[in-house]
Amino acid sequence: MNMIVTPASPATPNGTTRPQVRIVIVGHVDHGKSTLVGRLLHETGSLPDGKLEMLKAVSARRGMPFEWSFLLDALQTERDQGITIDTTQIRFRTNSRDIVLIDAPGHAEFLRNMITGASQADGAVLIIDALEGVRDQTRRHGYLLHLLGVKQVAVVVNKMDRVDFGAERFKAISDEISAHLSGLGVTPTAVIPISARDGDGVAARTDHISWYKGPTVVEALDLLEPARPLEALALRLPVQAIYKFDDRRIVAGRIESGSLIAGDEIVIMPAGKIAKIKTVESWPMTPVAGRQGAGRSVGITLDRELFIERGDIIAHAGSAPRETRRLRARIFWLHDKPLAKGDQLLVRCGPKESRATVVAIEKAVDPGELSSTENKAIGRNHVGEIDISLSNPIAADPYTDNPRTGRLVIEVSGRIAGGGLVLSVDAGQRAVPVDIVPVESALRPDERSARYRHNGAVVWFTGLPASGKSTLAKALERRLFSNGGSPILLDGDTLRAGLNSDLGFSAADRSENIRRLAEVATHLARNGHIAIVAAVSPAREDRATARRIADTAFREIHVATPADVCEERDPKGHYKKARAGTLQSFTGIGNDYEKPQAAELVIDTSTRTVAEAADEIEQMLKTTGVLFDELVDLAANI
Amino acid sequence: MDHLDQLEAQSIYIFREAFARLKKIALLWSLGKDSNVMIWLARKAFFGKMPFPALHVDTGKKFPEMYRFRDHYGKEWDLDLRVEPCPPIDAVDPTLPPAARSAARKTEGLKMALAKYGFDGLIAGIRRDEEATRAKERVFSPRGLEGNWDVRDQPPEFWDHFNASPPQGAHLRIHPILHWTEADIWAYTKRENIPIIPLYLAKDGKRYRSLGDQDITNPVASTATSIDEILIELEQTKVPERAGRALDHETEDAFERLRVAGYL
Repeated sequence: MNMIVTPASPATPNGTTRPQVRIVIVGHVDHGKSTLVGRLLHETGSLPDGKLEMLKAVSARRGMPFEWSFLLDALQTERDQGITIDTTQIRFRTNSRDIVLIDAPGHAEFLRNMITGASQADGAVLIIDALEGVRDQTRRHGYLLHLLGVKQVAVVVNKMDRVDFGAERFKAISDEISAHLSGLGVTPTAVIPISARDGDGVAARTDHISWYKGPTVVEALDLLEPARPLEALALRLPVQAIYKFDDRRIVAGRIESGSLIAGDEIVIMPAGKIAKIKTVESWPMTPVAGRQGAGRSVGITLDRELFIERGDIIAHAGSAPRETRRLRARIFWLHDKPLAKGDQLLVRCGPKESRATVVAIEKAVDPGELSSTENKAIGRNHVGEIDISLSNPIAADPYTDNPRTGRLVIEVSGRIAGGGLVLSVDAGQRAVPVDIVPVESALRPDERSARYRHNGAVVWFTGLPASGKSTLAKALERRLFSNGGSPILLDGDTLRAGLNSDLGFSAADRSENIRRLAEVATHLARNGHIAIVAAVSPAREDRATARRIADTAFREIHVATPADVCEERDPKGHYKKARAGTLQSFTGIGNDYEKPQAAELVIDTSTRTVAEAADEIEQMLKTTGVLFDELVDLAANI
Repeated sequence: MDHLDQLEAQSIYIFREAFARLKKIALLWSLGKDSNVMIWLARKAFFGKMPFPALHVDTGKKFPEMYRFRDHYGKEWDLDLRVEPCPPIDAVDPTLPPAARSAARKTEGLKMALAKYGFDGLIAGIRRDEEATRAKERVFSPRGLEGNWDVRDQPPEFWDHFNASPPQGAHLRIHPILHWTEADIWAYTKRENIPIIPLYLAKDGKRYRSLGDQDITNPVASTATSIDEILIELEQTKVPERAGRALDHETEDAFERLRVAGYL
């Protein structure tokens, strides 16, 4: 809400070049926030004529001493006095700045309100009662400022009159809060002793605090820097929608950072497609000439027809954001149900949304206690750091690179449940964009399924070496082919001989090996074939990646033959070599095979014949919609 | 970007989010200065074409100038205009004070229109600076099945991320000009040359600052005969915008009761 105090200080005056700084004022309940705000309004000449006299009269009538906090209370109740109030935003001016002060209510729901209000702040004033000292909520607010990336914090130690303006008391509090904030990576821009009620230290250094040499509150506010201009950052235009109301195909969105102009070469992330901006469209006049900068809601047309969708990010080639399916974030959690490892969520990064899974809770903190709780879950109103994997690739920046695109919100059941800052982005393969325009097959999937009598699928055999994966895979391949289908075997070892010959057996290389297998298999599946993959694929996370890539086409079969049986078989002699120590990084001898937890099918080949196992697999493929149970005349439907 | 540019860009962003994320939306056109600015902004957002209906919930008691304005600009702006009637006065809560009761007809008319068309989003031109309960609003504000507003349980909304999934059968109110002030509206109307209803300009020492139904809206003392003069007047006046709206002043909570029940 905007408090428009007329006529002394109009809301952001048009045409001025005064920098605007948004500050949030936080602190423990009763440490004097409203008193300081009232005082600040008065000292900066922001109160309408007669307001002060009126308040004095009200106080006198009630037989109470004058209280600055009455000012805000009065503003709230006296709605018909020509002042429109907003308890969350108050505007006033210092010598060189327009200040938008965001009040963060200190009540039970404070976190939600504070986040809502303070998420846009450039700086903060943290208030501490000199008598009470640093309290839980002081620490909690300090932590939240750190969490929100607010780096400029002026600390005021209020009610100095209650401690006889003692320099020692001030120093003790100053040291304590400075140490706390420094621990969070925040250096206070000033720590100021004040008495908001009497005005010491607010706009003037009085005799009471003659020992204090630093800035007053007003001077400290004057020193706060506005956020780095977004226009100076790399171009980020998240796509809100594509409109085709007439013969133009307009890509619409708001420029979050940087700027653009017709003729710019741009790249559309995460796909990495390249185009040129043909025009910048507008209404009622179009097209627009001139550079369009951060903050503008624009519409552009491109020099070629590309598949673009809501959530894509348009950037300049050379300074594009990274494409990722994995990111780490520092988040605050507002939902009743704690956030736990394995939770399925919806993540929004600008207009882009993606399903996501919490891979790990790396830290969970009660911001009041500042104790790291167990790394299992992040409770309501707590904060933490998480590692999330996304089902769709997104383009994102770390928060430190771009505050606008480096933040996300988390939705649970259609309601915002948390939000946070992107700490790091695990870049995918297309971090350097190239001019890729995928070519679609000439055939539709249903044309192929009509011929093969099955849908495309990725059948993924995982299990210990010598468990029988390749044997079963080949049996399945033979059977599907005999029935007129189109199976293709992708054996892990075979592909390592060619496509993946550049890869070794480090964890990273193994992950990449699996990713490539999954990409090739998925390509085949999309073209109607049944890709049969036989690969040890020991890491659960790698298989999860494969499932994400293949999505609904994925069928996992765990060949769960007991380890001793596998070693006894040892058809390739691997176990023998591994026991002798001549084969490194061999899965089977160690305990590094992670069993699937929810495979579509589990087969123990020590208790089944190959034909029985093939029957089971065939049945599973039927019940999960890959194989058509009966001959369907699909051709008739085409 | 100047102040008006910033306001405009933010509103356009909100319009585009609403259009992208909801299935069936409409803009509530009350014919007043705020909703005229909204239509202008919508046409900017969608490059000249407002791709959803303008809904006028008509009490039948507006000023003749307002009806003339509607009929003229509804055509000129190529709006998909839907005019929906309100139920008679005896169909609404008899415990409300008279003017509020009269206004509550509009809430009922709105509910009927919602049921008729199945809108899941209604774009409304309220502003935070108008009135204290409106100041508490979200940009995407969920309404219950009865159209009611739960001021105590509003979803978190930050970083321009909006909650856009109303429960089945309920709807959202979208407020694209929540962050504007009365002075902003006039400055923008002047800059963009948006047509206005002449009732806003002073005649015989009086003008309307806020237009509602004839029977419950009164003019305020003013000599402002142009938008420039209105802007000067707004810098100096201590009279609140809705001073001429009878329903705001009947009892302390009349307006809050109306809003909780679904009034704009």
